[in-house]
Amino acid sequence: MIPAPFEYHRPASLAEATGLLAELGEDAHVLAGGHSLIPMMKLRLAAPEHLIDLQDIAELKGIARTDGEGGGEIVIGAMTTQHELIASDELARAVPLIREAALQIADPQVRYLGTIGGNVANGDPGNDMPGLMQCLDAAFELDGPNGRRRVAAREFYRSAYVTAREDGEILSRIRIPLPAPGHGFAYEKLKRKIGDYATAAAAVLLTVSGGRCGSASVALTNLADTPVFAADAGAALAGSDLGAAAVDAAVAAALAAIDPAADNRGPVAFKQHVAGVMLRRAIARATERATERAAEQTV
Amino acid sequence: MNDQTPTATERAEKLQGLGCARKRVEDARFTQGKGNYVDDIKMPGMLFGDFVRSPYAHARVISVDKEAALALPGVVAVLTAADLEPLNLHWMPTLAGDKQMVLAVGKVLFQGQEVAFVVAEDRYIAADAVELVEVEYEELPVVVDPFKALDPDAPVLREDIADQKEGAHGPRRHPNHIFTWEQGDEAATNAVLAGADVVAEAMIQYHRCHPCPLETCGCVASMDKINGKLTVWGTFQAPHAVRTIASLISGIAEHNIRIVSPDIGGGFGNKVGVYPGYICSIVASIVTGVPVKWVEDRIENLTATAFARDYWMQGKIAATRDGKITALWCHTTADHGGFDACADPTKFPAGFMNICTGSYDIPVAWLSVDGVYTNKAPGGVAYRCSFRVTEASYFIERMIDILAIKLDMDPVELRLKNFIRADQFPYHSALGWEYDSGDYHTAMEKVLKAVDYDGLRREQAERLAAFKRGETRKLMGIGVSHFTEIVGAGPVKNCDILGLGMFDSCAIRIHPTGSVTARLGTISQGQGHATTFAQILASEIGIPADSITVEEGDTDTAPYGLGTYGSRSTPVAGAAAAMAGRKIRAKAQMIAAWMLEVHDDDLEWDVDRFAVKGAPERFKTMTEIAFAAYNQAVPGLEPGLEAVSYYDPPNMTYPFGAYVSVLDIDVDTGEVEIRRFYALDDCGTRINPMIIEGQVHGGLTEAVAIVLGQEIAYDEDGNVTTGTLMDFFLPTAVEAPHYETDHTTTPSPHHPIGAKGVGESPNVGGVSCLSNAVNDAFRAFGHVHAQMPHDHWRIWKIAEGLGLHG
Repeated sequence: MIPAPFEYHRPASLAEATGLLAELGEDAHVLAGGHSLIPMMKLRLAAPEHLIDLQDIAELKGIARTDGEGGGEIVIGAMTTQHELIASDELARAVPLIREAALQIADPQVRYLGTIGGNVANGDPGNDMPGLMQCLDAAFELDGPNGRRRVAAREFYRSAYVTAREDGEILSRIRIPLPAPGHGFAYEKLKRKIGDYATAAAAVLLTVSGGRCGSASVALTNLADTPVFAADAGAALAGSDLGAAAVDAAVAAALAAIDPAADNRGPVAFKQHVAGVMLRRAIARATERATERAAEQTV
Repeated sequence: MNDQTPTATERAEKLQGLGCARKRVEDARFTQGKGNYVDDIKMPGMLFGDFVRSPYAHARVISVDKEAALALPGVVAVLTAADLEPLNLHWMPTLAGDKQMVLAVGKVLFQGQEVAFVVAEDRYIAADAVELVEVEYEELPVVVDPFKALDPDAPVLREDIADQKEGAHGPRRHPNHIFTWEQGDEAATNAVLAGADVVAEAMIQYHRCHPCPLETCGCVASMDKINGKLTVWGTFQAPHAVRTIASLISGIAEHNIRIVSPDIGGGFGNKVGVYPGYICSIVASIVTGVPVKWVEDRIENLTATAFARDYWMQGKIAATRDGKITALWCHTTADHGGFDACADPTKFPAGFMNICTGSYDIPVAWLSVDGVYTNKAPGGVAYRCSFRVTEASYFIERMIDILAIKLDMDPVELRLKNFIRADQFPYHSALGWEYDSGDYHTAMEKVLKAVDYDGLRREQAERLAAFKRGETRKLMGIGVSHFTEIVGAGPVKNCDILGLGMFDSCAIRIHPTGSVTARLGTISQGQGHATTFAQILASEIGIPADSITVEEGDTDTAPYGLGTYGSRSTPVAGAAAAMAGRKIRAKAQMIAAWMLEVHDDDLEWDVDRFAVKGAPERFKTMTEIAFAAYNQAVPGLEPGLEAVSYYDPPNMTYPFGAYVSVLDIDVDTGEVEIRRFYALDDCGTRINPMIIEGQVHGGLTEAVAIVLGQEIAYDEDGNVTTGTLMDFFLPTAVEAPHYETDHTTTPSPHHPIGAKGVGESPNVGGVSCLSNAVNDAFRAFGHVHAQMPHDHWRIWKIAEGLGLHG
């Protein structure tokens, strides 16, 4: 449980960090909260020669809301911790799904250090935030030697630990379009114990108006080697009355999109089953919330 | 002076003796981070050891190349079996009469086995050097199934003893067979089974678990070459036994070895055995002349140090049609891993598995156990239970529930019908034990009333009806268990470890001012001995517990004892403390008589003093007597006030308890919510109710872990798949349910204060109680038995098999 030797760097700005990354090349690894990377290093499954710790970079912190034309957005700095996500009232008002999911990540000690940027950038299919970001249709900002670019969360994940991020780039910000007021949301996660990754988890975001579903978005966690954005599942709900037939169709579409692997959490058949259970529960709860919030707005 | 106030009751309260919920004196340091554990020990010039371990479960070791490691600056030595062989330390004896490789001798037998020991100037260099040691392996076929291990053409694991027909416990019939242990009357049992009204049969597996103490194993060995003395600080549950074994295998005279167990962060049986890390650290310190520290990490602890359980118990239980049990039959296949390193009393290769008739009056029984080698880590320790008692208790408590299904009877009714009655004690069991005392009906009935058992069954029936109507996806399970422990090993006539009788000891020194130092042969790993042993003594010698310091764990100062495991501390060392206290009191009485100018027989003991019979105003307190012992020349008596007792218990003690648990099971996800857990424990005389409650909570939480998912699992290649706390279930406060505790008190008739021991009971009783509840939830659908652990997917599988997913 002792990592291989490494050099430690602590840049004070994003420019300095990307500069270091360019200079040190593939022997360097960026460190955010460290809760994925450091265990890997202790097991010597990862042995970077240089660690570039981002914690002193103030511009990578914080949660800001902008209300522009064509809908506003929330911008979250990559080094914002899970705890800070949970503590943000602004975020709870605008995108309550994030708080609901963040409270199901690991335990309070981990959440004080673990960051949203690390969680989405690492590409670990067990992480909760990637699926959530796909559900919310977030975009990731990547800063590198050639400047800044944006990649949609739904386009970002290639396979386990392999993402659209280039070697010299740092994932700096997450931009989330503001969901419609009064939307329904839910993150349902089955796990073995506190601190565990999901056996299966489902994120649902939808709107309800006049008893019918307006838009719907569905993503699933730890049921393939990447997060799974189940576009067909969302499509099956959108425009429907959210009744049994629509839900069955959405679940069938989601199950067709996942590809779980057997592990200590259970065999494939079990994971497929509970993926469906989690999604049904998430749809039901999101629907209930959207209906309630729609009723509140009417009053 | 002769003021009789405060009253006797007030004086007794001031002593904080037996029955007082005294706060733990240890906690002042533990809660402030001021404990002193092995890894806190730092010595000038100290070196650090680390192991090169086998990635393979079964392989030949072709070569070990140390060159690159030795070339790394800061590396002092790399030891292999070849280096230990001239000292005859490449193998070491196990507690079970087998031998174990200290470092791989030609082959490895389990994943994580120690191959080479790197010694370096700091931990980081040692870890880097481990990576640089190049070991060439040739993989061999792996055996992880104990039944396949006995196939005629199974790969031979232990080539060193392949041709040895006689093992430490009798004949061996296969190269992978260790022993067969048989108890009871086979012919009579089979005869009853053949003619029985009803016979229930089942294979009950108790999966491989691990005690997983928060502090892993480790030591600091320091050889002083000037005075020839070896000191070893380590995580030892039995420091004296370690000293004797260290002397026997190293050739260093025993008086020149000092073993110290400092604060220990939990043991649960994991720290009873002797591990290669200890031997290698000692050798490295002898070779280098400086202290050497070795502390394993979590993965090493889970994969290479002693596991628990791994018993496959085939059972048959016979009964009359109205539910009177007539016979019990059990054949157990015991998976011991690559070496037989079980920590059992030497004459009991399967521990006290023959307590498997449990709390029931079963006229005839038969038990046979086959120990088997596989490519898994060695161990087989008593994980918070007496030797193999949790296995035995789990077996019988499952068999009772399975028989109840066959008889279409309520499992409680079946238990009440077959309990040993209070008037049958001392009770001689069919498998050879003499149960000292018990009142099982009273305990069970108290619990049934407290939980409103009939009401729970009605609620369960309503829930089932609602489930069938499609109104809920949760089933309700009710688990009942009644366990009988057998603890306090043990009588020297049949209990020894490598020939060391399992007595224990206490030495008391009363200082002139009336304060006390007491030393015992046991060692606390969190049990609170410094608190509770002082309470026993306070009541015996009339000196406040706060004035008594309890010391354990240093073989240079403590009297010889066999240590702490198997709930033996209170039954054995606690008895020694009481007996030593009585020796103190006997001498104190003579001193008091001389001081009061009366005959010894004219005095009577009164809480904290001797008083003249019929004249209670004339007395001498123990404080006065203590001072007199040091400043008065009492005719015919030596000065001073000290006593030592070595206590050889006449029998084991038999704590028992009745538990009921209630849980809700989500048939779609396999999630279990324990909504009620009621635990009644009878541990005889209760020393400290608060500590008992804490022990019960701890043991029950381990039971929750074991039942709901804690497992050391191997894949078919012998890779451990649960080697970290991500996959090895260690519950937190979030997963631990609320517990309700209760007690009855049935003192042990042979123990000086009637105490029986309690620390391990909740693990023993909790496992069967919860597993029974899980199985009970599905009883209405024709389900009989599912193997543990009952984690989400395995529960889901039960529901799937019963067609509950539509």
